[in-house]
Amino acid sequence: MDVGSYDVVIIGAGVSGCAVARELSRYDAKVCVLEREEDVCCGTSKANSAIVHAGFDAQTGTLMAKLNVEGNALMWQLAKDLDIGAIQCGSLVVCTDESARDGLDELLARGKANGVPDLRIVEREELKEMEPNISDQAVAALWAPSAGIVDPFGLTIALAENAAQNGVEFEFCREVTSVRAEQDGTWLVGTTAGDVRARCVVNAAGVYSDAIHNMVSSQKISIIPRKGEYLLLDTTAGQHVRHTVFMLPTKMGKGVLVSPTVHGNLLVGPTALDVDDPESTDTTAEGLAEVAQKCALTVANVPLREVITSFAGLRAHQPDHEFIIGEVADAPRFVDCAAIESPGLTASPAVGKMVCNEVCAILGLKERPEGEWIATRKSIPNLNIISFEDWAKLCEEDPAYGRVICRCCRVSEAQIITMLHRPIPVRSLDAIKRRTGATMGRCQGGFCSPKIMEILERELGMEPESITKAGPGSEILVQKGGE
Amino acid sequence: MARETCELTCINCPLGCPLVVTLEDGKVVSVTGNTCKRGEVYGRKEVTNPTRIVTTTVPVDGSDRERMLSVKTASDVPKESIFAVMEALANVRAQAPVQIGDVVLANVCDTGVDVVATKSA
Amino acid sequence: MEQHDVVVVGGGPAGLAAAISAYEAGSTDVVVLERDVQLGGILNQCIHNGFGLHTFKEELTGPEYAARYEDRLKELGICCLMDTMVLDVSPERVVTAVNTDRGVFSIQAKSVVLAMGCRERPRGALNIPGFRPAGVFTAGTAQRLVNIEGQMPGKEVVILGSGDIGLIMARRMTLEGAHVACVAELMPYSGGLKRNIVQCLDDYGIPLLLSHTVTRVEGKRRVEAVWIAQVDEKLRPIAGTEKRYPCDTLLLSVGLLPENELSRAAGIELSPITRGPVVDERLQTSVEGVFACGNVLHVHDLVDYVSQEAAMAGRMSAQYAQGDSGEGSAARGIPLVAQGGVRYTVPAFIAPERMDQKTTVRFRVDNVYKNKFVCVYLDDQRIMRKKRQVLAPGEMEEVVLKQEHFAERDGVERIVVTLEEG
Repeated sequence: MDVGSYDVVIIGAGVSGCAVARELSRYDAKVCVLEREEDVCCGTSKANSAIVHAGFDAQTGTLMAKLNVEGNALMWQLAKDLDIGAIQCGSLVVCTDESARDGLDELLARGKANGVPDLRIVEREELKEMEPNISDQAVAALWAPSAGIVDPFGLTIALAENAAQNGVEFEFCREVTSVRAEQDGTWLVGTTAGDVRARCVVNAAGVYSDAIHNMVSSQKISIIPRKGEYLLLDTTAGQHVRHTVFMLPTKMGKGVLVSPTVHGNLLVGPTALDVDDPESTDTTAEGLAEVAQKCALTVANVPLREVITSFAGLRAHQPDHEFIIGEVADAPRFVDCAAIESPGLTASPAVGKMVCNEVCAILGLKERPEGEWIATRKSIPNLNIISFEDWAKLCEEDPAYGRVICRCCRVSEAQIITMLHRPIPVRSLDAIKRRTGATMGRCQGGFCSPKIMEILERELGMEPESITKAGPGSEILVQKGGE
Repeated sequence: MARETCELTCINCPLGCPLVVTLEDGKVVSVTGNTCKRGEVYGRKEVTNPTRIVTTTVPVDGSDRERMLSVKTASDVPKESIFAVMEALANVRAQAPVQIGDVVLANVCDTGVDVVATKSA
Repeated sequence: MEQHDVVVVGGGPAGLAAAISAYEAGSTDVVVLERDVQLGGILNQCIHNGFGLHTFKEELTGPEYAARYEDRLKELGICCLMDTMVLDVSPERVVTAVNTDRGVFSIQAKSVVLAMGCRERPRGALNIPGFRPAGVFTAGTAQRLVNIEGQMPGKEVVILGSGDIGLIMARRMTLEGAHVACVAELMPYSGGLKRNIVQCLDDYGIPLLLSHTVTRVEGKRRVEAVWIAQVDEKLRPIAGTEKRYPCDTLLLSVGLLPENELSRAAGIELSPITRGPVVDERLQTSVEGVFACGNVLHVHDLVDYVSQEAAMAGRMSAQYAQGDSGEGSAARGIPLVAQGGVRYTVPAFIAPERMDQKTTVRFRVDNVYKNKFVCVYLDDQRIMRKKRQVLAPGEMEEVVLKQEHFAERDGVERIVVTLEEG
């Protein structure tokens, strides 16, 4: 069997794996990312709160706290370099019970100790001014102007595309089934589509990072998938809050967040329920009801009839509630990037650097000469925010900008075709959705999915029956006629 | 004398009048509940020889606009032959140009009814 | 900037009828902007028969019905821009659109007719728990795949919602060789026309489960099964009644929503009930010179009524474009009040001094009623009492108000449309 041979194999193409890949692409190394799904950003990275946390939550001194604050600081420039949606809108932790106010001071103190900039407590009056729809129960809030929101798909895809531009290889639909130490000190990584050899392995397998770790180490770790369910509201509700609104936990329990998204929607959630099955990304009647009920604790009149979809994600939670990053003691050249749960998205730029440094030290990698590394990547224009004049100019360059495919999210044929020909292959409707926004709006693809299927058929020569929603097994159509 | 009544909903138009058809020895003696003549005709036919118009599509070749051509039986056919009509159309392909009303398949299933295009392509 | 008398947004049944009637009323400079590559809108995929009984006194299929209007449009030489998406309608009636020929362009219209139609409620709006696999389609999307693309969305089908498209698709999928296990309807009555229950479900032995809903979708990648439970009178699933239906496809026919993004952006007042513009008897919205008709105004069940309504909007838009808005043009008129089981009325205002001989008031009821009287009051004075054997939310109702009703009645403050006991 043909065995690919790499300096570094990264297992998992979520935001952490892709951040590591991009950082490593600065160095003179042969790098491959193995992903079991058909695209990047298919696990925890695609279904989360999409928040860039300020960094006051994690206990001072933890890796989580450090990487959160560092990640936040890096995110805004990274978003510019990679041309992705990120807005530093700030966050509010709202206290709804006078007797629980101490909690705010505690968060403030911890945030300061963690190095979070510009934190302060705002009183009811100012809060009401900042957030007119805040609940009448709100008494005060912790204001963190450094927090914000980011497009989690955009971030992961951009990191991957930029890594690929710089020579990193991506292999999809290849699930890792074994990791074995070879006599010569390399690792043999077995997958569902053949083995690959690596001098160094990075474990960024999300909710499966325990399974991968435990293949090589006697010091077992355990990930407990923690399910979070969300409701996503139409852009008509996107202005209901201006900042990310958290609830300060009270005797009555923990609330849910209410936040704008970079796509202009309103996001409400998540629940938190530990589950056994790392595949159980299904929503539940109880979970969705809980979200609908709890959002009212901090924000008044959330227009729940504008809900356009609901979803559930799984956080890679581990009992110590701490990231596990570093070379595994009893498995040399095997580097964990495991248990990356919230604030993992925020931390990803810092996680990428930390893991990369670790790998570089192990393998003695050298930075590529100036000019051999491309630091930036361009996205596609966002027709929702550009002026009609600029749109007209785009149409002059490429008339396909004049054919609107997704009317809810204003996506033209040109944007879809552009994304089909990027370094990371795109084959499914969900992959197109994550890159362009098409099918993500209020009609949820009812109008545009047949049109997108036509484009896939025409541009990539795909048979309509082979087109999937999200990879093999999720075909949209069945064969016509006989069995 | 065997007398029976049948309650039906008229499908001629969206009003959906509730009909009561009375039969004696298998023969219709009255239709009530209808608000127009067509309702009576429907009621009589529905209990003796129910018929339907079949509408479907067939692939069309040589059209720059359409992949599929919509078609219908030019008038109603016996209800029990609906699937036979579908079967008969399973391998029919139309060739552009086609005008509305063009016969796509003549005398389908020996019903004496033609299948005609309902769209131009 | 390019200028035209009447710009019609949308070339479906409403837009076509509006454009023709505007032309016939004397505004020959009419432009229709249509986002699809062909005119006719949703009628193109509605290949079934049952259209046109009122308008043409014969039973046509959707494409045939559309063709009648398209032919007339061609005959009159009305300009239609296809594959053209309208991006914005300003309160000053500047219509901005985009297509591949001209890029982004704007038209200053003297009057605008909104005829964008409606869209289907997607799964997300229902919050059905479970996975989000392939195989969940709105009925209209499935209809497009089958009838326009010639593709097959699935073989073993469950349908949620008994709206007309759902019923029509139950039959269509069956004819194409699929097995439709059942149609589940949350309400204790169907949302579709009775005739469709007979000829789309009964004819094929497809069960209609009233007061049932889908409580879970199984299957991570493609639908593998759905769970259906009976609901109580508060529409909550009843524990213990859940049943698993193995299937590969779930079709949704759970309501239509007027497509009013452009109206909203133009600052047009929308009704929270119809979700369409609030209009007076001329079908003029709260923005002067902007008219609305068809499913963008309120969701209809019959295309014949859409055409009728649109013809009115077209005529009024022509009148406006010609600067002949008549007496009391600016005033909205006497408000109509819907009560006693009547959910809304279209129009919401009537000005007797400027209305035609007759004005058709359309409305829907909020429940199934038997042997009720539809009554109309001018303030406290009842002017109409009409017996109806059955009224149902799925079927639009109408009353016709005449000039003479208002004769010698000055200062009427409200017109009440209500249901009363026999």
